Amino acid sequence: MRRRQFLVLSAASVGGVLVYSLDRTVSRVSAQDKSAPEQNIRIPLRFFTASEALIVAAATARIFPSDESGPGAREASVVVFIDRQLAGPWGRDRHRYTHAPFDETAPEEFGYQGSATPQQIYRQGLKQLAGFDQLTASEQDAKLKLIEGGLFFNVLRRNTIEGMFCDPQHGGNVDMVGWQLIGFPGPRMTNFAEVDQYRGEPFRPKPVSLAQVAVHPNKPGEDET
Amino acid sequence: MKTLPKTDAVVIGGGWTGLLIAKELAARTPISVVVLERGAPRHKEDYAGGMDELDYNVRFRLMQDYSLQTVTLRYTTRDRAVPIRQLGSFMPGQGTGGAGEHWGALFPRFLPDVFQLLTSTTQKYGAKKLPEDHSVVDWGITWDEIEPYYVRADKLVGSSGKAGNIRGKVIDGGNIFEGPRSEEYPTPPTKMPYYGSLFNDAAKSLGYHPYPNPAAALSTAYTNPDGISRPACFYCGFCDRFGCMVGAKAQPTNTLLPIVEKQKSVSLRHGCSVRRIEYDKANGGRARGVSYIDASGEEIFQPADLVILASWTLNNTRLLLLSGIGEPYDPATGKGVVGRNLTHQVSFTPAQAFFDKPLNRFMGAAPAGARMSDFDGDVFDHSTLPFVRGGTFAAMGTGFQPIVGFGALPPSVKARWGAEWKKAAVYWYDRVGTVAFAGEHIAYKDHYMDLDPSYKDHLGDPLLRMTLDWRDNERQMVAFATAKAVEMARAMGAKEVVPAQPYGHYDTRRYQSTHVQGGTIMGASPEHSVVNTYGQHWQAPNLFVLGASMFANNGSANPTPTVLAFTYRTADALVDRYLKRPSRLT
Repeated sequence: MRRRQFLVLSAASVGGVLVYSLDRTVSRVSAQDKSAPEQNIRIPLRFFTASEALIVAAATARIFPSDESGPGAREASVVVFIDRQLAGPWGRDRHRYTHAPFDETAPEEFGYQGSATPQQIYRQGLKQLAGFDQLTASEQDAKLKLIEGGLFFNVLRRNTIEGMFCDPQHGGNVDMVGWQLIGFPGPRMTNFAEVDQYRGEPFRPKPVSLAQVAVHPNKPGEDET
Repeated sequence: MKTLPKTDAVVIGGGWTGLLIAKELAARTPISVVVLERGAPRHKEDYAGGMDELDYNVRFRLMQDYSLQTVTLRYTTRDRAVPIRQLGSFMPGQGTGGAGEHWGALFPRFLPDVFQLLTSTTQKYGAKKLPEDHSVVDWGITWDEIEPYYVRADKLVGSSGKAGNIRGKVIDGGNIFEGPRSEEYPTPPTKMPYYGSLFNDAAKSLGYHPYPNPAAALSTAYTNPDGISRPACFYCGFCDRFGCMVGAKAQPTNTLLPIVEKQKSVSLRHGCSVRRIEYDKANGGRARGVSYIDASGEEIFQPADLVILASWTLNNTRLLLLSGIGEPYDPATGKGVVGRNLTHQVSFTPAQAFFDKPLNRFMGAAPAGARMSDFDGDVFDHSTLPFVRGGTFAAMGTGFQPIVGFGALPPSVKARWGAEWKKAAVYWYDRVGTVAFAGEHIAYKDHYMDLDPSYKDHLGDPLLRMTLDWRDNERQMVAFATAKAVEMARAMGAKEVVPAQPYGHYDTRRYQSTHVQGGTIMGASPEHSVVNTYGQHWQAPNLFVLGASMFANNGSANPTPTVLAFTYRTADALVDRYLKRPSRLT
C-alpha cells in the first residue's frame, strides 16, 4: 500500500472543505468560517496523490469557477468528492459489465465500451495536465480546450457537476453552497403545502441535507465495498 | 448439487408479479411457496434515509448489478452484438420488490384495441397499413375479460386519478379515450404541481382533453382490501428511481411484503440466482423444479410441483432459453416462439421548454402531473399519416434534481464549461421543463431475443442478446409527436422551445423507459405464442410465466397496471381451477 497522501491547502484558498480523518470521522472548516484564514488544512486522500489533487482542484475550478455569479468547485470541495468517488465502487467499475472483448468501434449509441475504469481514466488523463495548477487561468483554459472533446474531460466535467450538487455527505457541495446557488432546497420531508402555494413564484427555503432530516441517513455509496 | 425437500410452488423473482402471486397463493390456498430473489432483502423502512440523488438517481443503487449480468444488443441480425455495459435505456431492478421499488408509479391502463392490435388495425386500414416486416398479433384476450382484473390492481395500490369513461359514460376531466371502467379510481387525483397545470391549461386551450396522471402514489391515505394502509404523498420529489420514504408510492415492499412475510407457508430466499428450470420433455412436458446458486455460492435443486417464472421481461425469456423449454424463435424462418416480439417503447422528450419564471419543479411526485391521449393508439385517424398508432403527451412531476437537471440550456448558449456556462446554467436550472411523450412500439419479425454466442454472465451462462432498432414507423411517429409537443410547449407560455432531434438508432445511453416487452408472449395457440393468456406454458402445464414478457406488443401506457391485472387473472385461474385439477387451462 502506498504511503497515505494529503492535500494541503490553506483554509482561505479553498473557502470551505470537508475534512475527514483516517477513521472517517468528519470535521469541517466552514466556507463561512473566516476565523483562521491562515490555517493549513491536511485532507487525507483516498485515491489521488497530493499533486494530482492540486491539478484536479485547479481544473474543476475552471470548469465551475468561483466568480461574481457565485461559489464554484473550490468552495464546494469538488476535489474531495471526486477523490472519494474514485476510491469507492464507482471508481473501480464495481457495477459495470467488464467482460472482454471490448469493442471500442461500436457506435456511440452503445455507450462506453472501453476497458479503462474511472480510476484508470483519471490516472491517464491527469498525465496530460502535469503542472496544470501552476498555470495562469487563461493558460489553464487553453489547456482544457485541447482535451474538452475527450473521455477524461467529459468524466471530469460530469464529476464536477456531481460534486457541486450532491448531498454533502459525499464530500462535495460543502455547506450546500451548490444548492443555495441554484435554489434547490435539498431533501425536504414535505412540500405538501408549498406545492400549492408557489406557482410561478420562487420557493427558496434554506436548504437542508440528508444528515439534518433523516434519523439514519443511508451509508454513502462510496463507502460500500 | 444439494437437493432440498419438495415445495408445492416455487416462484422465480420477488418483484411485483412474484410477490403478488405468492401473496394470493398463501392467502387463498394451503400450498407451500418458495420465492427466490437474486438480490438483497429490502424493507420499506430502508428508504427513510435514502433521499440521496447521487446514490439513487446517478449511481442507481436500486437497479440490477450489470457487473454480474447484462444483455447484449445489435441493430440487425447481420451485426455482431455488443454488451450494454452500464445502465441506460432501461433500468431493471434487483432485490426485494425488483423494479417495482424504483418505478415512477404511473398507473394508466392500455387501450382496449392494444389486445387485438392486428385485427383492429387491419379491419380499419386494410392489411397494407402495417409495415411489411411487422410481427403484430392479437393477444387472445379482450378488454372485457381483463377489465375486472384492472380493478383489482387499482384497489391493490389505491390508484389516484379521475375516470374518463365509467361503463360507457364519458366523463370530462378524465381520459375520455380510455376503455370503459367498471368503477372510479379508488382515490382522487394527486395535487397538480404548477408545471402540470401549465400543461393542463395549454392542452385545453388547444382543444385537447387533458387529465391528471393516473398515479400509484397516493393523493390521500388509503387502506386496501388486504388491510394495508399507506399515507398520502408529501411531494418531496424523491420518487422515480428512489424508494418512497413514507410508503405513499406503492411498492412491493410496502404493499405485498408485509403480508407475504407473515405467511408461514411462504419462504422468501434472497441472494438466489436461478440458472435453470429443470424440465422433462416427455408426456406433454413438465417442469421438475429449479436449480440455483444460493447466497453462499452453493448449487441447489429445489423440486416443485408448480413453477412460476416472474423475473422481469428479459430474464424470463433468458431462463426459458437457457432451460431449453419451448422452441427458440428464428427470424430467418419465422419458426419457433421463445424470444419473439421484443418491443420497447417510443419514449422521449419531444420538446424542451424554457420559461421566464421559476417552476419549482423539485417539488412533486413522479406521477403528479397532467397528460393527454388525443394522439394515443388509434384515437386519431391514421389514414393519411405515414405511421400507425401513437402515444400520450405528459408533464411529469418527477423531482427535478440538481445533478441530473443542471445544465439544460437553450441553444444560444454554446459553452459547456467555464464562467459563461455556469452563469447560464444557474439561471435556467429552475426555468426549464419538458413535454414528454410515450408511444407504442410495434413488433417486427427480426426484433427478438436469443442467447449471445460470446458474452457470459458471472456464472458462465450466456447473456441474452437483443436484436432491436427503431424503424420508419417509430421515426415518423417521433416527427409527428415532436411537432405536437412544440405546439404544446408554446401554448404553455415557454419563451423558447427546443424540439428534439429526429429519431436515429436505438440509443442505450438515453433513458427510454423500463417498459421492455415480449419474448414469452401469450396467444390463442402454441404455434404463435409461448404461453396461453393465463401465462401457462404450452409445453409445460405446470410452468406459468408472469409479467410484460407475456405482452405481444407495447401499449403506449406504462405497463405495471396491466402486468398486475394479468397476474391477478393467473392467480384466480390457479386457485379456482388449476390447483383443484392440474391440467391445461385452455
